[in-house]
Amino acid sequence: MLQEFADWLTYSIFGLARESQLGAAANFFIYDSIKVTLLLAIIVFFVGIVRTFITPEKVRKWLGGRSEGAGNVLAALLGVPTPFCSCSAVPLFIGFVEAGVPLGITFSFLIASPLINEVAATMLFAMFGWEIAALYIASGLVIAIAAGMVIGRLGLESEVEDFVYKIKAKKMAENKMGWKQRAGFGLSESKSITLKVLPYLLLGIAIGGLIHGYAPADFLASIAGKNNPLAVPIAVLVGIPLYSNAAGMVPIVGVLISKGMATGTALAFMMSVIGLSLPEMIILRKVLKPKLLAAFALVLFISFTLTGYLFNAVLG
Amino acid sequence: MKIKVLGSGCANCKRLEANVKKACEQLGINAKVEKVQDFGEIAAYGVISTPALVVDEEVKVYGRVPEVEEIKKILEER
Repeated sequence: MLQEFADWLTYSIFGLARESQLGAAANFFIYDSIKVTLLLAIIVFFVGIVRTFITPEKVRKWLGGRSEGAGNVLAALLGVPTPFCSCSAVPLFIGFVEAGVPLGITFSFLIASPLINEVAATMLFAMFGWEIAALYIASGLVIAIAAGMVIGRLGLESEVEDFVYKIKAKKMAENKMGWKQRAGFGLSESKSITLKVLPYLLLGIAIGGLIHGYAPADFLASIAGKNNPLAVPIAVLVGIPLYSNAAGMVPIVGVLISKGMATGTALAFMMSVIGLSLPEMIILRKVLKPKLLAAFALVLFISFTLTGYLFNAVLG
Repeated sequence: MKIKVLGSGCANCKRLEANVKKACEQLGINAKVEKVQDFGEIAAYGVISTPALVVDEEVKVYGRVPEVEEIKKILEER
């Protein structure tokens, strides 16, 4: 049905010839954009409803005083549906530490929350199939769990800014919600997130289409293909300070792969772009002393690089 | 009435501030809307998901941006 609609729009409304290259490209662009947008709107709606049950306030309660291992696993899992923007990272961090959530477990949550997000997962699923989407989610979880445990073991509690430990927070009444409100929240999330990522998504697909059409297919194969072992760490290093919307990243990853970048290298690059950024590090500096912040970035750099190598080996 | 918007100045905090101002205008309340951006102060309210709306030192909404109508209801309760 969707294909028929895209056909009708391209060939009848825009009057493009069925056999022409432009017609095929426009048809592909229209079909892909509509498919991904619809899928996003639906998935974000359901994730929105889940979010009304798994709020950061509840997560903090569930994680307080947990032991290493089980606590890190739980924190990473809960980090997946929990909303995250870099501006709420600091209040969240303070709130967790203040409630007695161990440092390593707090980091497992802080890593999983932006790294594994429903927009990226949906788009990977729509553009590359479920295997890549599942691989992305699973590896994101493993990274969040392992990196959190490593940071927890470094014993850097004294590298948290002192004021964090001195804050005495007031008790706050919890928001109560009925099913009608939960559905309303899901709808408003679906609307606002889909609209927010739509320009990035269209731009990403359009740039993807352009590069796809004009750059030779083995453009990146010699510098970022499987035979260059340095490609993974360099891609991750470039990606860490960069910030981009996940919706714009996925189509670009698609292009990188189609132009010869190894799949694992491209995925590691994507994870380093959405998992950590310079603006986020600057804001986290308010609560983390330089040593802990550097440890955080370094542990993530190593994790993303290892994941890239692993994917390159597994995906062949 | 003391109204505070807690948040570090991201897009959502600005939307909340704008909605609060609209609600005040529509109700004819001449209240000053104070922006709280200091993380220590925000945390002291017990808020861990921003933005948050505080009316007379009581946290009314947190972690989302309420619509103008909802803010009007909250302000009318006072």
